[in-house]
Amino acid sequence: MNKLTWFYFPARLAWRQLIFDRSKLAAAICGVLFACVLVFMQLGFKDSLYASAASAPVKLSGDLFLMHKQSEAMWRPIQFKRSELMRVLGNPAVAEAYPLYLGLAPFKNIKTQVKRTLMVYGFDPDSMIFNVGEVKNKREELRLKDTVLFDEYSRPEFGPMRQLLEADRNVTEINDYKVNVMGLFRMGVSFAADGNVITSDLNFMRIFPRRNHGDIDMGVIKLHHGASAKQVKAELKSELNEFINIFTYEELLKYEKDYWANTAPIGFIFGFGTVMGWVVGLVIVYQILFTDIANHRNEFATLKAMGYEHGYFVRLVFASAFFLAVLGFIPGYVLSLGLYHLAESQMYMPMPMLWSKMITVFLFILSMCVMAGLLAIRKLKDANPADMF
Amino acid sequence: MSTVIDVEHLNFSFGSGALTQPVLKDITLSIRKGEIVLITGPSGSGKTTFLTIIGGLRQAFHGSVKVLDQQFINSSEQVKVSVRQQIGYIFQQHNLLKSLTALQNVSMTLEMSNGLTEQQRRDRSAEALIAVGLGDRLDYKPGQLSGGQLQRVSIARALVGQPKIILADEPTASLDKQSGYEAVSLLKRLAKESQTAILLVTHDYRILDIADRVVELEDGVIKSA
Ligand SMILES: Nc1ncnc2c1ncn2[C@@H]1O[C@H](COP(=O)(O)OP(=O)(O)O)[C@@H](O)[C@H]1O
Ligand SMILES: [Mg+2]
Repeated sequence: MNKLTWFYFPARLAWRQLIFDRSKLAAAICGVLFACVLVFMQLGFKDSLYASAASAPVKLSGDLFLMHKQSEAMWRPIQFKRSELMRVLGNPAVAEAYPLYLGLAPFKNIKTQVKRTLMVYGFDPDSMIFNVGEVKNKREELRLKDTVLFDEYSRPEFGPMRQLLEADRNVTEINDYKVNVMGLFRMGVSFAADGNVITSDLNFMRIFPRRNHGDIDMGVIKLHHGASAKQVKAELKSELNEFINIFTYEELLKYEKDYWANTAPIGFIFGFGTVMGWVVGLVIVYQILFTDIANHRNEFATLKAMGYEHGYFVRLVFASAFFLAVLGFIPGYVLSLGLYHLAESQMYMPMPMLWSKMITVFLFILSMCVMAGLLAIRKLKDANPADMF
Repeated sequence: MSTVIDVEHLNFSFGSGALTQPVLKDITLSIRKGEIVLITGPSGSGKTTFLTIIGGLRQAFHGSVKVLDQQFINSSEQVKVSVRQQIGYIFQQHNLLKSLTALQNVSMTLEMSNGLTEQQRRDRSAEALIAVGLGDRLDYKPGQLSGGQLQRVSIARALVGQPKIILADEPTASLDKQSGYEAVSLLKRLAKESQTAILLVTHDYRILDIADRVVELEDGVIKSA
C-alpha cells in the first residue's frame, strides 16, 4: 500500500461513517464546538485581563519604581513614607524622584447621578511621570484647584463624558468632593478599576481628606541618561528600607500581571476553566468515538477477517478524531469571534482574535480529540474476527 | 489438480487444564482447486471452529493446516493476514458496512491490494455486482436492500478479489428457501467459472446438491468423506 492510500482509505471510510449518521455527527460537532468556545472565551478573558492589568503601569514613565513590600498590586497599595523615596536622591545616578498617590473612590455620573468606584491617580503636575499626551498637555489646568482629567476608556456607566464636556457640563463629585473635569485622556480599564481619573497631588489630598503628602503609594524614579537601571536598582536596594520593593519598568509590569495570574484567584479560575473545557470536550469526543467503535464492532471484525490490519482501524479512529476537531473548530471559531466582538462592544474589554490564539485553540482542540482517540482505540480489541462466524 | 487446503491430524480444544474441551479430533481433509465441499453436521459438532481455523482467524497448535501452501499451525499473525487477503468470506449475516453503498462495500475487498486505480476498482466492483444480478442497485445502501440482495452483495464482495478459496458459514440461514437456493447456486456458478474452491458449512439439506463432496462432522470427528 502506498503512502497516500495508507492514510486516505481509512480516512475516507471514517468520513463516510461519520456523515452516515447525521444526528450523531451533529451531536459530536456540538460537543467539540462547546469545548472550543469555552476555551476561546477563557483564553480571551485571561489575555484581556492581563493586558488591562498592565494598562496603568504601561502608561507610567520612569526607570525604577518603589512600592511597599505589602502592596500586592497597584490597585491595593500600602503606603510608605515620602522621606523613604527622597533618600534615593542621594544616589548620583538618580535624576528625579516623584511620589504617586493612588486611591479608589466613588465617582458621580454627571447625567444619572449614580456613583461608581474608579481609580484616582494623584501626581505632581510638574513631573512627567505619565506617558500620556493629553496629561502632558493639560499640566496648566491640572495645577488649578479641584480639577481632574477623565479616562475616556472608562466604562460607559460613568457617563458620556466627551459629550458632557462639549456641553460644558463638567462638574461632578469624587468621594463626595466637588471637582471639575478639565479634559480627557486614554488609559484603559482593568479588572480592579472600571475607570480612571488623574489629578494633581494637591487635589488628591482634597478628594481624600484623610490622606497626607507624607504617605505615598508609589515612587517613580528617573535616572540620568546612560545609567543602568539594573545596577542602580542593586545599589538602592542595599540603601533602602527592607520593606520597600524596587522594580524596573519590566519588573513592575510583570509584578502586576503575576498578581492577577497567581495571587488573585482569577488567573487560576481561567486556567481551570480552560482545562475543564478540554476535559469536557475530551469526555464528549471519547464517548462518541467509543460508542462508534462499539457500534461498528461487527463491521470492523468483518474487515479484519478479510485481511485488514489493526493499524488500519487505528488510523480510522484518529481520522475520525481529526474530522471532529476540524468540524467542531470551524463553527466554534465563528461563534467565538462573535462573542469576542460582543465582549469588546458591551464590556469594553480588549478581546482581539489573534492568529496565535486561533492556532493555540485549534491545537488544543486537536490534542483533545487525539487524546480521546488514544483512549478509544482500546475498544478496537473487542472486534474479534473469529466471532463473526 | 493442485491442493489449496490440506489439513492433517488437526486437533483443537477450547479451554485449558481440567476444563479442556476437545472440539476437533484428528481431522484430515484436503480440498483441491475449484472444488466445492460442504460440511454438515449437528449443532456444536465443531463446523464453525474448523472454518475459523482454515480461515486463519483462530490459532491451532496440533497437526498440520496448510492453506495456499502456508502452514497455519503455530504461525505468525502476519502470515495469516496475508493468506486472509486471498480468501473470500461469506458470513451467516451479510456483515456489510451499513454506511457504504453496495459498490463501496464490494470495493473494500480491492482497497487492500496495490496496483488498481480508483476507476479500476469501481469497474471491477460493478462487474461483480452485475454478475450477482444487482447491476441496478450499485448505489443502494444495505438499509435499502432485501435479505437475499444483501447476501448477493456479500457474495460479490467475496468473489471480486478473485480469491482461490471461499469460506462460507451457513450463508442461507438468514434467507428464505427460494433466495437461499438462488444465492448458493449463483455462488457455485461464479466459483466454477473462476476455479475457486468453496468450503461451505450448512444445516440446509436442500442445497447439498451443489456440492462436489459432502463431509459430515459429528462431535469433532469426520464421519464420511
Ligand atoms: N469461543 C469459544 N470458546 C469456548 N468454546 C467454544 C467457543 N466457540 C465454540 N465453542 C464450543 O465448541 C464446540 C463447537 O462449536 P462450533 O464450532 O460453533 O459448532 P458448530 O458450528 O458445528 O455448531 C461447541 O461445544 C461450542 O460450545
Ligand atoms: Mg456454527
